[in-house]
Amino acid sequence: MTNLAIAANGLRKSYPDKNGDKNSGKSGGKVVLDGIDLAVPEGTIFSLLGPNGAGKTTTVQILSTLTPADGGTIQVAGHDLAQKPDDVRGAIGVTGQYSAVDKLLTGEENLLLMADLRHLSRREGKRKAAELLERFDLADAARKPAATYSGGMQRRLDLAMTLVGDPRLIFLDEPTTGLDPRSRRTMWQIVRELVAGGVTIFLTTQYLEEADELADRIALLDHGRLIAEGTAEELKRLIPGGHVLLKFPDPSRLDTARHLLGAGTPDPEALTLQVPSDGSVHAIRELLTLLDDHSVDIDDMSIHTPDLDDVFLTLTGRQNQQKETTR
Amino acid sequence: MSTVTLAARDSATMVRRQLKRLLRYPSMTVQLVITPVIILILFVYVFGGTLGAGLGDGLSNGLGGRDAYINYVVPGILLMAAATAATGTAVMVATDMTEGIIARFRTMRISRASVLTGHVVASVIQQLLGIAVVIGIALAIGFRPNATALEWLAAAGLLTLFVVAITWLAVALGLKSPTPEAASNAPMPLVFLPFLGSGFVPTDSMPTALRWFAEYQPFTPIMETVRGLLLGTPIGNSAAIATAWCVGIAAVSYLWAKNTFNKA
Repeated sequence: MTNLAIAANGLRKSYPDKNGDKNSGKSGGKVVLDGIDLAVPEGTIFSLLGPNGAGKTTTVQILSTLTPADGGTIQVAGHDLAQKPDDVRGAIGVTGQYSAVDKLLTGEENLLLMADLRHLSRREGKRKAAELLERFDLADAARKPAATYSGGMQRRLDLAMTLVGDPRLIFLDEPTTGLDPRSRRTMWQIVRELVAGGVTIFLTTQYLEEADELADRIALLDHGRLIAEGTAEELKRLIPGGHVLLKFPDPSRLDTARHLLGAGTPDPEALTLQVPSDGSVHAIRELLTLLDDHSVDIDDMSIHTPDLDDVFLTLTGRQNQQKETTR
Repeated sequence: MSTVTLAARDSATMVRRQLKRLLRYPSMTVQLVITPVIILILFVYVFGGTLGAGLGDGLSNGLGGRDAYINYVVPGILLMAAATAATGTAVMVATDMTEGIIARFRTMRISRASVLTGHVVASVIQQLLGIAVVIGIALAIGFRPNATALEWLAAAGLLTLFVVAITWLAVALGLKSPTPEAASNAPMPLVFLPFLGSGFVPTDSMPTALRWFAEYQPFTPIMETVRGLLLGTPIGNSAAIATAWCVGIAAVSYLWAKNTFNKA
């Protein structure tokens, strides 16, 4: 059995209500995390996916020793978080949502600062800084203050600083939020290389594409609870899958098609029929042949295969409907 | 390496970081020196003639008017320089706390106090250099102390102690401030304390209530001691009271700052 880089059981966290804790009812404040369990094997990428305010950043803050949890048992990098926070700190690296570089210092000085704080020797620190500047394509800007860097450069410097101490477990809290597509792809490439080197990555993101691209396992977080967990494929299978959307020239053809197919959701206004389908060539051909045989013309057709967006919207939507009646 | 060595090493790293930051942001340091120098020049050349005449025999050392007044006012100006610099420190700390790098430090296995120690040591170095510049300018425009080397050393020691105390206070205020803007206001009253003490005029000339405050507030015994050491005016028990104030303010502010930083 592989070792777990993160093992958390019943993680809970609530913040005091702004109106004062005492009168705020049974909960005693705003519950941010409502008992979540996490198991992240070493050497894998685990992605925590959720909308803004779901509790992603709070989870990272707890696991990276920034904020204490209210309840639950947590082991990070083999150390008990509550008992030995300093041992956890020695094994992890964190690159947060907000740039954690010293903007008045140059890129090189930032890296040397990290080397000093990781207690590397002067020579080792210099070697490491030079290597990281090269690897993250920052060598040309090494002697310029970080304040002059572009968003993508600052994010790369940020991650480079995290890597100075060779952490075995790295937390990336929305590492590509606000980056342009090219910088995002560069970041993904770096993350893949890290995992190839045996590092464990705990990634939070609100981009489904990012989780789909990178993560071995994905957990969906919504309102402080994990509402689904698995590989991208497993999650996609969770929801009623793809469909074919047919558009007809008039209501009578729509009606005929509906009776022919015996299934599907019609939209009389838009003159469309949504038919469940796995989207395979075989299924599409069969569908079109059937309609053709009965001389039912169609105006337009689109095939929709399920992606993480569907999973996400379906699962979070279900939760939201229970709570929010308006909208 | 032991915990203590590691803490010292981390603190040294943080001091280097902070000194580099101060060098990159020289306008702040320059401004902190210019403010007390302007006040010095204003008081010596505009008010000095009249104020000097009112000092009385005990304080004028046989000099008259402006010449007597510059000797009298310099200790107050030095404390004002330190208080002005404290404003800068509070702003620096508050700004630093809004940066993501502090969160990064918190997730690293380093001595937590080293972040604050870095601020304090760098600020103390900055302020002592600033005070040296102010003394230099004062000497150039007619400040004539009659202190021995030992008295200079004692005055420098007390000023250093005062700067350490006021810097820890500034760090605590900076940590408590929600924004850098708020941090620039918090230490403001400190800048006025030399006025509400024996910094610019002897306390005897003040109305009773004000005089009572002026004589018992911490800046007065410090200014009296520095004045005594540099110019030979009577010190009395001011030295002991001044030292106690400085040590007390430093200790309370240190604990306050450390506690605030650990909680945040």
